[in-house]
Amino acid sequence: MELIAETIISLLLVAAGVFGLVGSFGLLKLPDTMTRLHAPTKATSLGVGGVLIASMLYFWIFQGKLSWHELLITMFLFLTAPITANLIAKAHMHRYSKQIKLPDTGTDSGWATFEDETTEVHPVMTRTRAAPAPTKADH
Amino acid sequence: MIHYALTFAFACFGLGLLFNLYRIFVAPGVVDRVLALDTMVINIIALLVLYGITSHSGMYFEAALLFAMTGFVSTVAYCKFILRGDIIE
Repeated sequence: MELIAETIISLLLVAAGVFGLVGSFGLLKLPDTMTRLHAPTKATSLGVGGVLIASMLYFWIFQGKLSWHELLITMFLFLTAPITANLIAKAHMHRYSKQIKLPDTGTDSGWATFEDETTEVHPVMTRTRAAPAPTKADH
Repeated sequence: MIHYALTFAFACFGLGLLFNLYRIFVAPGVVDRVLALDTMVINIIALLVLYGITSHSGMYFEAALLFAMTGFVSTVAYCKFILRGDIIE
């Protein structure tokens, strides 16, 4: 039993290490920013998830206490990784909007991030500075 | 057996951290630097949890949780700064 648990934890750790290394290596290897965005946000998240699950199993089986901290960290990381990826992609698109050629969306509407330049719809992130609230005259 | 796997994982994430550091110094634009910093935080969380396993201590989970939170907030703040030139409007 102990040997099986040890094998599972070791395999998880090795797989997590490989995924983490691949994610960080992709950051160097891939050709441009939009493709580079994929490596850390997906592979490295999976690597950290593997390490956290291995840690949870280790403390459960060998120390006899089941801790939920790891699950909390995993959940938090898996929730925030897409948000940061989305924000970084958005920042890149707005910063280099002149240089990069975006593909056609295939629908009537264009890219949602650049919506405020063509229509009156203001997305939350690209909202212009709000006008000062009108002061109510005293009676 | 766990000892060897831990050493291997330590080596992998440490090497990944070096790659991120290289990307921070040699990057084509500021967005890549933000991305490298975000990856660096994730790698450091993995290293902290691995260190927690080697030292049989549950104390490092709080540190890892704090790192996750501050890393997320700092990345969002940096992206917002690049997008708008301002963090809190």
